[in-house]
Amino acid sequence: MTRNENNAADETPRQEHPTKVGRVKQLSVKNWFKSGLPWIWMTGAGVSIAVIMTVGLLSLIAVKGLAHFWPANVVVSEYTVPGEAPRMIAGELVESEQVPRARLASAGLPVNVDGGEFMTRELLKIGNREFYPADFSWVVGEWMGEQTLPPELMVMERREWGNFYGYLVDVREGDRVVAQGDQAWPELVERVERVTDLYEELRRLQRVDIGAINYGLEQLRLKTRGLELDNELDAAAQADIEAERAEFNERYKGLEARLGELNQQVNRDYATIRTVDGHEERLQLSHVVRAFRPNAMSVTEKLGHYFEKIGEFVGDEPREANTEGGIFPAIFGTIMMTLIMAVIVTPFGVLAAIYLREYAKQGAMTRIIRIAVNNLAGVPAIVYGVFGLGFFVYVLGGSIDRLFYPEAFPAPTFGTPGLLWASLTLAILAVPVVIVATEEGLARIPRALREGSLALGATKAETLWRVVLPMASPAMMTGLILAVARAAGEVAPLMLVGVVKLAPTLPLNGNYPYLHLDQKIMHLGFHIFDVGFQSPNVEAARPLVYATALLLVLVIALLNLSAVFIRNHLREKYKALDH
Amino acid sequence: MQHETPSHGIDMAALGRTERQALDLSREKVALDVPGLNLFYGSKQALYDVKMMIPKQRVTAFIGPSGCGKSTLLRTFNRMNDLVDGCRVDGEILLDGKNIYDKNVEVAELRRRVGMVFQKPNPFPKSIYENVVYGLRIQGVNQKRVLDETVEWALKSAALWDEVKDRLHDSALGLSGGQQQRLVIARTVAVQPEVLLLDEPCSALDPISTLKVEELIFELKSKYTIVIVTHNMQQAARVSDYTAFMYLGKLIEYGDTDRLFTNPEKKQTEDYITGRYG
Repeated sequence: MTRNENNAADETPRQEHPTKVGRVKQLSVKNWFKSGLPWIWMTGAGVSIAVIMTVGLLSLIAVKGLAHFWPANVVVSEYTVPGEAPRMIAGELVESEQVPRARLASAGLPVNVDGGEFMTRELLKIGNREFYPADFSWVVGEWMGEQTLPPELMVMERREWGNFYGYLVDVREGDRVVAQGDQAWPELVERVERVTDLYEELRRLQRVDIGAINYGLEQLRLKTRGLELDNELDAAAQADIEAERAEFNERYKGLEARLGELNQQVNRDYATIRTVDGHEERLQLSHVVRAFRPNAMSVTEKLGHYFEKIGEFVGDEPREANTEGGIFPAIFGTIMMTLIMAVIVTPFGVLAAIYLREYAKQGAMTRIIRIAVNNLAGVPAIVYGVFGLGFFVYVLGGSIDRLFYPEAFPAPTFGTPGLLWASLTLAILAVPVVIVATEEGLARIPRALREGSLALGATKAETLWRVVLPMASPAMMTGLILAVARAAGEVAPLMLVGVVKLAPTLPLNGNYPYLHLDQKIMHLGFHIFDVGFQSPNVEAARPLVYATALLLVLVIALLNLSAVFIRNHLREKYKALDH
Repeated sequence: MQHETPSHGIDMAALGRTERQALDLSREKVALDVPGLNLFYGSKQALYDVKMMIPKQRVTAFIGPSGCGKSTLLRTFNRMNDLVDGCRVDGEILLDGKNIYDKNVEVAELRRRVGMVFQKPNPFPKSIYENVVYGLRIQGVNQKRVLDETVEWALKSAALWDEVKDRLHDSALGLSGGQQQRLVIARTVAVQPEVLLLDEPCSALDPISTLKVEELIFELKSKYTIVIVTHNMQQAARVSDYTAFMYLGKLIEYGDTDRLFTNPEKKQTEDYITGRYG
């Protein structure tokens, strides 16, 4: 930079020769090239484009993804399609666009052909799936009457059938009306809160406590079958198992009572709700996740709601075919899988690199191995997926099942895609990166330091352990960072070896042995694919795709930043000599 | 380099060496005996039939032009040349009467007995303390008291203690070049070797640090046998008792330093020390 500037400064006086103008001009262009300025501009442009693209990408997914959680106002208006009776519609305004009149006409809408060239078309989220064919509806702006924002209009997020937009008529306990009119809303809020708490408890009971019992019973069944296969199922063992089974059943009985009670409590309350165009229905409050009146909310309340929704997105489980609720299992699965991958890949890669660099005789063979390793990094990821399925799942997993889990036959334990195989597949996908980075690190350790250690009576192994490897550890971390970056974002191979659309339980839970490597997991990358392509509700899924993509980026950034942090710490600690 | 010197040789008095008794190799105790050594790098021969003995508790200097094999010879004494691919040694070197190239010699143990300091200071990226006790830890010594004592006497014998005693647990990389080199010497001394090999220990140091290291060599010679390779003839003349002049892989002349510098027997030696080549 400095040198270029100096050059430029040296050359400029020549440009200012007043005599032969043409020659001077020619010279100055030449000088301009010689000065290196175009080079600086070009390189600068390269950087700018890269920065703009990255920032643009991040802001696009951030804006599109994060806006989704904001509680938008709900518009109510009279809608008159020419030739039909007017009706009331309500919904959130999602987007609005100008469309040529002719196009609307050719789509079969009764458009008056005279008038301006363009008409406005608006996308409304109208919800109320039980009454309308779709959650989202395109309407023609010109046909809408005056738009109002009635404060008493209510949005209900439900566990099924999507959102409800409309008015609250009354709140009931069984058939008895508890509150009506103005009193109904506060009553509803209170009762929704109560029922949500109860619902949580009910779910915890089913998931955790009864889940544990089921798991225990299943283990017992497998144990019985195992003993049977080994011909060791004598009377004593059978009695033992029966006793345990009885104990589980006893525990279940105890829980059953509570379960029934909870169920009754949860199903106690109802609300009568009415859509803007007059449909009325009774809704069990246990189906309501939350109810709010966006038009009556202040900005602060909306902000609170916004962060609550983001919290739900990050911390909860998905509902409604992954289009509602949160993606916590996917986040958890992604991190879990990446961590296990890192645990597997680091020792493998580091050991291979040490052998290649420190012990192997440098020659044609090592060169071939190195080339092979480097090329391995370029193999398309899906190929690894196929390999993982063919070798890990069927061959390895199948053998493990035959050897260790014969009692579970014909249901496979490890002979089916799962967390372990996904991590292993990613590990072999990422191992070349670790090998290359570690080898480079080892090669950079000054020879003088190794000799210094050897000259003090250390053996080669001692020198490796005490001097070389600590100093190469930042390079290993670099390898790990690259491996994580490559593996965490990979989707294609995972679909073959263990990632599913919806996993019933987390791979890490309270049931012994706590970490279930054989379980299928959810993954953010696959979640994006699933929500974006496989979802029945495209419009609802779109913002979720952005939001999930944002989270995926954040998760990978977080994993990488922690690795970078460790690396910098190591670098500081084992700072090599500056020559 | 030697413009000030008149006829053949270096003015020893000018280097601070006063008259002293002439030394005689044949009356010295033997530390290392080389009855005849050839060394090859692949097919290229680097040392030709070197015959010499290194006297105990004296400073022996190897001088000679670059590439003459003096460093190579030095590295054969603790088998550092084992690390070089394609290096082959033909002949033996006797340390206390035993051939160090014998099959059942443990190289690590040999290197503990024959320590080496390199051209560039090469402290490990650890604390000063950990650098000094490195060799002991390798030997499995872990008692804090022993380590502490060793650090103190080793640093004292390397004349570094006073400079670093308050920051023993700071990184060794924070020391100056000269301090680093003395630390490396302390580290080597800490394992109590019998022979200390110094491979151009001052070539990367400034004059003051060089002086300190030279003083240190003078101190250490009462306890250790020291062999030093140097490019700097004044240095050889200043610090050594015996000097060997090597040229093109051959040992040309070897004897009492004073005698060799003032009255060389061989024409090649005289040419070299008077600066006619090299």
